[in-house]
Amino acid sequence: MDMPIPDPGLLARKPQLVAALQRVLPREAVIHEEIETRAYECDALTVYRCAPLAVVLPSSTQEVSAVLRICHEMEVPVVPRGAGTSLAGGALPTADSVILGVARMTEVLEVDHDNRFIRVQTGRTNLSVTGAVEEDDFFYAPDPSSQLACAIAGNIAMNSGGAHCLKYGVTTNNLLGVTMVMMDGEVVEIGGAHLDAGGYDLLGLICGSEGQLGVVTEATLRILRKPEGARPVLMGYDSSEVAGEVVSDIIRAGVLPVAIEFMDRPCIRACEAFAGAGYPDCEALLIVEVEGSDAEIDEQLGVILDIARRHDPVELRESRSPEESARIWLGRKSAFGAMGQINDYMCLDGTIPVSRLPLVLRRIGEMSKEYGLDVGNVFHAGDGNMHPLILFDANKPGDLELCEAFGADILRLCVEVGGCLTGEHGVGIEKRDLMFDQFAPDDLDIQMAVKDVFDPKWLLNPAKVFPLAASAGRRAA
Amino acid sequence: MEPVSESELSEMIAGADGPLRIIGGGTRPVGRPVDGATLALARLSRVVDYEPGALTLVVKAGTPVAEVERVLAAEGQRLPFEPMDHRGLLGTQGTPTIGGLVAANVSGPRRVQAGACRDYLLGVRFVDGRGRVLKNGGRVMKNVTGYDLVKLMAGSRGTLGVLGEVSFKVLPEPPAAAVLRLDGLDEARAGEAMCAALRSPFEVTGAAHLPEGTAGETLRTLIRIEGFDASVTYRAGRLVQLLAGFGEVAVERDKAEIARVWRAVRDVEAFHGRAGDVWRYSVRPTQGPALGAALRGMGAQALQYDWGGGLLWALAPEGTDMRPEGLDGHATLIRAGEETRARLPVFQPEAAPIQKLSQALRDRFDPRGILNPGLMG
Repeated sequence: MDMPIPDPGLLARKPQLVAALQRVLPREAVIHEEIETRAYECDALTVYRCAPLAVVLPSSTQEVSAVLRICHEMEVPVVPRGAGTSLAGGALPTADSVILGVARMTEVLEVDHDNRFIRVQTGRTNLSVTGAVEEDDFFYAPDPSSQLACAIAGNIAMNSGGAHCLKYGVTTNNLLGVTMVMMDGEVVEIGGAHLDAGGYDLLGLICGSEGQLGVVTEATLRILRKPEGARPVLMGYDSSEVAGEVVSDIIRAGVLPVAIEFMDRPCIRACEAFAGAGYPDCEALLIVEVEGSDAEIDEQLGVILDIARRHDPVELRESRSPEESARIWLGRKSAFGAMGQINDYMCLDGTIPVSRLPLVLRRIGEMSKEYGLDVGNVFHAGDGNMHPLILFDANKPGDLELCEAFGADILRLCVEVGGCLTGEHGVGIEKRDLMFDQFAPDDLDIQMAVKDVFDPKWLLNPAKVFPLAASAGRRAA
Repeated sequence: MEPVSESELSEMIAGADGPLRIIGGGTRPVGRPVDGATLALARLSRVVDYEPGALTLVVKAGTPVAEVERVLAAEGQRLPFEPMDHRGLLGTQGTPTIGGLVAANVSGPRRVQAGACRDYLLGVRFVDGRGRVLKNGGRVMKNVTGYDLVKLMAGSRGTLGVLGEVSFKVLPEPPAAAVLRLDGLDEARAGEAMCAALRSPFEVTGAAHLPEGTAGETLRTLIRIEGFDASVTYRAGRLVQLLAGFGEVAVERDKAEIARVWRAVRDVEAFHGRAGDVWRYSVRPTQGPALGAALRGMGAQALQYDWGGGLLWALAPEGTDMRPEGLDGHATLIRAGEETRARLPVFQPEAAPIQKLSQALRDRFDPRGILNPGLMG
């Protein structure tokens, strides 16, 4: 992975930078010893590592502003960091950058049930947002798999999704407002507890901009009342084509499940070996979950089970208790861990039009043979967001490169059939060099023009999202 | 100018030697008046791709909204955000287009639960002020590849680019609905009732408080739920219990009548044909009643509450600045004479740094300043 050459001038000025940061932050909030900065050398895309110049852990919007003002003045690149769970290298430092971590900013600032929002500092973890309102039977809907650890800051940066977004949408659909610090230290308020923008929808623009337009320190999030109940049903089929038809038929029947998860045979087998959830050994497995009161669930499942039966399932398992529900979900929820036990793996995140599913799975199977690497597929079938997991051996020379090439081919395939490179993980550095496969030069130019507006010196989260060659002229300007 | 293709649209913009007034069907003339050659998108009209099983729809920007709704209805689906038809309120003629709807980010009563137009917009193709054909987003439901210009384009009213094609996530039209009605509540009590309903787990898809005279009736508060039949029956029953403390609750189950009433709410029929300016406010729902009282104090003649109190419509004396000081939210002057719209800010004035960002974006997307110049600020 190409990264810009660190600026020797900046490296040389590290003492001055650290001294300036220490003037505006408490001593323990500035980390600069090499042995300590190494803890921040990567995020969850661990194959790429680079320790930053320094790490700051501010506690307030004012402190974030003070830090950014200094870095802006000294022209030091800044890498914002939530919890460091990005699978795309979204928080990978450069050697001449300052990591700005919001991990200490975890306060709940306001909870308002009547207006159905919560305002939090963005270092708070996704799950603990729900934690702050669940006693009152509310929840925050976006639920990325990393929700126990990941921070709202990162969720906003990547516009994170989750298993339940078919019904509830992704982060951008549940974000009402932000307090954001611009690279020059200016604090701006965008949105609030009301709906929609009075002018341009800058909130929508910021969400998913991968920390390149500003540092979001506080967020107003929509909270929802918990449904009375939820129940999954598990179905197994002998072919992915048939499973795909079942998904399509369920949607066309007017049922809107909260989740439709799909696993293919390699993934089912891995999960079975790992978690022993009692999954059938078949080509394709679906978990469909619906919500409501018991009677409402029965009504929806009635429609879904009719459809499922029409397609001749090898297994159809309806949950009759919370324990059975947990068992149905057990394998799916341990899918990544299961694959990880077999080998190192790389998790992809392309989205495809749902109708292209059988074609894409077949092509992935063929490529798997060509590359000699195993791949398991688990994904959110309702919205076409795939998560192929490619297995490789990190200790075997050349295997990582082979795996990356295979991954790139899968993502190109996603684009080719009308989909995109990333559905919920973000571009980061991982997909950066594939952007021209999805976008024409002008399409990227207008996105980079937005970056010019918010961060004219291109200091925020350097070397992410845009191919380095495409951004070179702007970064130098 | 009426382009029939994206390339023609691109040539017309690249070749323009002065300001352009961009319209879809011209039924929503909101914003400062624009002086320029008219560029109408109505002939760029076609359903490009519709996959009911994937809930995705791709259409050319000039396609009539009615055509889109017809195509969806044939498959039992709909645009979930319930877009308003502005013709009755604004007294305009013509055919609303899907591109105009996106350009103004038009939603309706269901927005409170389902989300806005921008939440269902998956992708755009547009032409910027230099005549470049650009795309962002796509036709799949989950996409975080690059910056989200889709949201930025929604509601930018043709000032950042001219939409050529838009794609949506659509949803099934539920087979059943019910509306609960409470009569005679004052605004504060109505606000409380709507909040109680919206914070319940019963998935309320509309909560409005209407002035007397809407659809020929009296002052009333309406709560809507939609879904499968047994589910609607169940939730209606639970909501009747929940709202019992607010007075007698009547339940309407007739689909045609429910559609008629919510069309009246959506299109603010209460103000149709009545003289005066029309203002629209978005605030946090519990602030609605207090804002309403303030607006009455400033001379508002009639009010309609939607989104559980979060959306207010006010009928006001012509030419009056109806923005209360310290408004926590935003106000838009939706209907007024050209003189008023040229004199008063139509859109909520922005804080200086936001204004600067907005202007800088305009300068980048439209360096010659020819796309609906001045319309938004």
